[in-house]
Amino acid sequence: MDLKKLFYQMILIRRFEEKVAEMFTLGHIGGFCHLYIGQEAVCVGAISCLREDDYVLSAYRDHGHCIIKGSHPKKVMAELFGKSTGLCKGKGGSMHLFDAEKNFLGGFAIVGGHLPIATGAAFAIKYQKKDQVVLCFFGEGAVNIGAFHEALNMAATWKLPVIYLCENNRYGMGTPIERATSLYDICQKACAYSMERDHIDGMDVLAVRESVEKAVQRAREHCIPTLIEARTYRFRGHSMLDPAHYRTKEELEEQVKRDPLVTFKEKLLKDSILSDSTVQSMEEEIKKEIDEAVDFAMKSPAPSIDTLHDDLYV
Amino acid sequence: MAVITYREALNQALREEMARDDKVFLMGEEVAFYHGAYKVSQGLLEEFGENRVIDTPITEEGFTGVGIGAAMVGLRPVIEMMTFNFSILALDQIVNHAAKIRYMSGGQFKIPIVIRGPGGAAYQLAAQHSQSLESYFCYCPGLKVVMPATPKDAKGLLKSAIRDDNPVIFIESEILYNTKGEVPGEEYLIPLGKAEILMEGNDITIISYSKMLLVAEEASRTLRQDGISVELINLRTLKPLDNEFITSSVKKTGRVVIVEEGWEFAGFGAQIADTIYSQAFDYLDGPIERVASIDVPMPYAANLEKAVLPDKERVIAAARRLL
Repeated sequence: MDLKKLFYQMILIRRFEEKVAEMFTLGHIGGFCHLYIGQEAVCVGAISCLREDDYVLSAYRDHGHCIIKGSHPKKVMAELFGKSTGLCKGKGGSMHLFDAEKNFLGGFAIVGGHLPIATGAAFAIKYQKKDQVVLCFFGEGAVNIGAFHEALNMAATWKLPVIYLCENNRYGMGTPIERATSLYDICQKACAYSMERDHIDGMDVLAVRESVEKAVQRAREHCIPTLIEARTYRFRGHSMLDPAHYRTKEELEEQVKRDPLVTFKEKLLKDSILSDSTVQSMEEEIKKEIDEAVDFAMKSPAPSIDTLHDDLYV
Repeated sequence: MAVITYREALNQALREEMARDDKVFLMGEEVAFYHGAYKVSQGLLEEFGENRVIDTPITEEGFTGVGIGAAMVGLRPVIEMMTFNFSILALDQIVNHAAKIRYMSGGQFKIPIVIRGPGGAAYQLAAQHSQSLESYFCYCPGLKVVMPATPKDAKGLLKSAIRDDNPVIFIESEILYNTKGEVPGEEYLIPLGKAEILMEGNDITIISYSKMLLVAEEASRTLRQDGISVELINLRTLKPLDNEFITSSVKKTGRVVIVEEGWEFAGFGAQIADTIYSQAFDYLDGPIERVASIDVPMPYAANLEKAVLPDKERVIAAARRLL
């Protein structure tokens, strides 16, 4: 595995999201905007285990998943800006990124709603006797909704090639997990469906890889689904509009010590896989890529009013 | 022409489309080994096997979502609701997902799914099993809504719905399953979005769909015996609504009665009336009359149930108020 690439992708998302925050504050991005800062190791580690033709679905905190699945940051940024050159021609926005070419089946903003859809994509793979897998990301807030249980039950009963990856960032908007569910050890919910399960440190990209790689192999070779709980943390509020007063400064400081970028960088420096100068040149390259994305989004035209009725029906 | 039941017509449509295209599959509660709660899928398991005729757990939101996911990646699911009352459990999947994925993705994905099953009242099934929910679906951009009244329509429209690349809500009727009618012997399709005239006339237009078309037809026969020249329209598809077809009839007759099984308040008939008022107001000789169900949950007692549903007498009375 190219560890440098993993590190590069994690910085790419971090810097992308920092830029998104800036652009939101300046008024270039509207609506609800949920940043992925702090959780990068989960999506980078997990998607690195996939083939290009595998499918990924995400919830509304979806910028990172979409970019790592292969979408161009320019097209993602343009979509956030609501421009005609965006992935979805300005019809989706931050919470609804889709990229058919990259088999990114979408960002969905009804909590838990996309889990049965992931099950359906896995059903279609098995129906057509193909060997792709589906990787479905969602937050821990989704595990209390009916769709989660319906989706897992069908996937386990029918033995479908899907991995449900719960990104447990400890808060469903402002409600801590302890006030939302009686079983905090989320991966244990898989027991209700006799499903394979694992829980991992979501701040450790290599731990994520190790677990997801096994789950992908089970899914691809034996059509066995898995529920994985990645314990992570978001360093920003629920959305750009959330100051996150429901948690203490001390708690945040404690969690920031687990910053996956910092710990992974330290490891790579120590193992001489990275040097300070390679980190520096990566940062420069990423800055350039993101500046180009912003420039592209800025210069792109808004969608024409004439497109209002386009793409409603085939 | 062969005379078959509405149920057989649907069964033939499913069989023909599944034989034509192996991307088509049928999924729902009791569709396989039980042969369908209303036997619409009789014999399909034997013909197509367990891979294509799939029993689900009782999990409407779940299996509707499975259909949507399968459609996103290239299959053509037919999802059976044992009754449309249960589709309320799947509204998140239908309204928030099936209807919106194409639009939200800027046209990158299509969702060629048919969600079908019986709607409306049957015999004393009470409040939770007797609802006509078509307006729920018609309200939502991105869906098509089809409600066949005859065996011929049921077959031709279901085949078109399965071939359509959009999500189609296809509402049948428990009461209609045993009704018989002529169906062409050769293969045929009935296009979505096209209404038809069942009786031509000049005095009054009666518009209906699904089971209520039979009530409207009965009333029309009586009115015609009384010398009133009724034009009877079978809508077949509610969304997209065949606006021009309706208004051209209204321009001829100047009088309209709309007959539907749904509740009157915010029912689909209100939309038809709005279409006529906005596109043919000057041609009207009087207010549009609506005959719909009484605005209460369906009571169990047979006499109360009868009082709720539109009948021939109410349709005739509505027509007479205009003449």
